[in-house]
Amino acid sequence: MYAFSYQRPKTLAEAANALKAEDAKLLGGGQTLLPTLKQRLARPSDLIDLSAIPDLKGVREVAGGLEIGAFTRHAEVGQSEVVRRVIPALAGLAGNIGDRQVRHMGTLGGSIANADPAADYPAAVVALKTVVVTDRREIPGDDFFTGMFETALQPDEIVTAVRFTKPDQAGYAKFRNPASRYAVVGVFVAKFGAEVRVAVTGAGPSVFRADALEAALAADFRAEALDGVAVDADGLNADIHASAEYRAHLVTVMAKRAMGTLE
Amino acid sequence: MPSRVTMTVNGKTVSREVEERTLLVTFLRDHLGLTGTHVGCDTSQCGACVVHIDGRSVKACTALAVQVEGCSVTTIEGLAAADGTLHPMQAAFREHHGLQCGFCTPGMVMSAVDLVRETPDLTEQEVRNALDGNICRCTGYHNIVKAVLAGAEAMKAEPSRIAAE
Ligand SMILES: Cc1cc2nc3c(=O)[nH]c(=O)nc-3n(C[C@H](O)[C@H](O)[C@H](O)COP(=O)(O)OP(=O)(O)OC[C@H]3O[C@@H](n4cnc5c(N)ncnc54)[C@H](O)[C@@H]3O)c2cc1C
Ligand code: FES
Ligand code: FES
Repeated sequence: MYAFSYQRPKTLAEAANALKAEDAKLLGGGQTLLPTLKQRLARPSDLIDLSAIPDLKGVREVAGGLEIGAFTRHAEVGQSEVVRRVIPALAGLAGNIGDRQVRHMGTLGGSIANADPAADYPAAVVALKTVVVTDRREIPGDDFFTGMFETALQPDEIVTAVRFTKPDQAGYAKFRNPASRYAVVGVFVAKFGAEVRVAVTGAGPSVFRADALEAALAADFRAEALDGVAVDADGLNADIHASAEYRAHLVTVMAKRAMGTLE
Repeated sequence: MPSRVTMTVNGKTVSREVEERTLLVTFLRDHLGLTGTHVGCDTSQCGACVVHIDGRSVKACTALAVQVEGCSVTTIEGLAAADGTLHPMQAAFREHHGLQCGFCTPGMVMSAVDLVRETPDLTEQEVRNALDGNICRCTGYHNIVKAVLAGAEAMKAEPSRIAAE
């Protein structure tokens, strides 16, 4: 790791101010950033640790759903009574990220700011009609992820919370890479009245909604409705773990499994 | 830039000047001489470096010492009683041959203790799932799972030890 200077501000305003330094970077749980620094793939001048800012932490029930602070760890979301009651599929998703040790450190804000194409949270952010709240504005979840490791955030913008809308029913299933634990393909299905949203992570360069699956489920909200509905492999990820065609196939399979976990 | 960091390690307050980029595992091993915490992969995958921060298992190779300022850290050296009596989970690993070369063992034991603290009643499948952050190259896991289940039972008989940790 290259040397940097470290700060742990106590308020959002102090953090925002510290982040104005030329090459300053925010530190969430460090489960992505520290491995990156160890490989010398980044060289920040300052690390600004968000762990001491109380406003960024915790789960709140709000009208129509949940607001979860950006510095809420995956383990806390997974075990939260409130999340389990209001959006159980979201608790299930968080409780299956990585392994226990990663979940004890990793945070919601760090995960979505990082926008790994194989991360789990992006699927929930896109499926659950969310609003990503930052230190300066509110970004619709639909517009937040803009590409592989790319988001709508400005370099000095801080995610403070995410507001999730409570669906009538939702389910998430991922085909996890047994070594990395990330999603080879993960599918989040959420139903809001007549509208069905199907968000897919792991398969493409960035999370996307699967129109064909949404249409099939809007017409008939049963797993069987997905029989024979194919997803185009064009533009999907291909690597040593899975070809684009295999990923395309997995999207439908995981969507069916997600339908089997509806709550 | 050097910075002073103060934390409780295995019940004792320690304070050192360290470079801010110092990893928690480096702090424990090189600055405090607590070499029971191992480094297997150094890429956050294997769990050989697992310690507890305020009772929760984390990978010490993926945390900075300065992040842990003011916290209470427990390493494998801090599990046994002052008179050397092994923690019930350590004793179960010995009893059930939950190790061969022993390299993964400190991390396995620390993960297992944290797991049982949170979920005292575990099925075999739950143990297997929950240990997926810890890799063992020798045992094939079978005896590790047996040891964790036995250790969980033994920990029930000694609730004070878990609470004190
Ligand atoms: C072994 C292992 C397995 C994993 N498996 C999975 C998995 O199965 N699924 C999965 O989804 N993820 C997985 N992860 C990643 C994990 O979820 C990380 O915790 C997460 O990607 C990053 O969150 P963090 O809080 O650790 O952020 P950090 O690593 O601290 O930061 C990541 C990036 O986000 C920025 N950032 C942090 N907080 C904010 C904020 N509030 N506002 C703006 N920017 C911010 C940082 O500057 C940095 O660029 C795994 C990680 C490891 C090490
Ligand atoms: S050395 Fe920390 S996870 Fe392998
Ligand atoms: S006993 Fe050798 S790595 Fe587990």
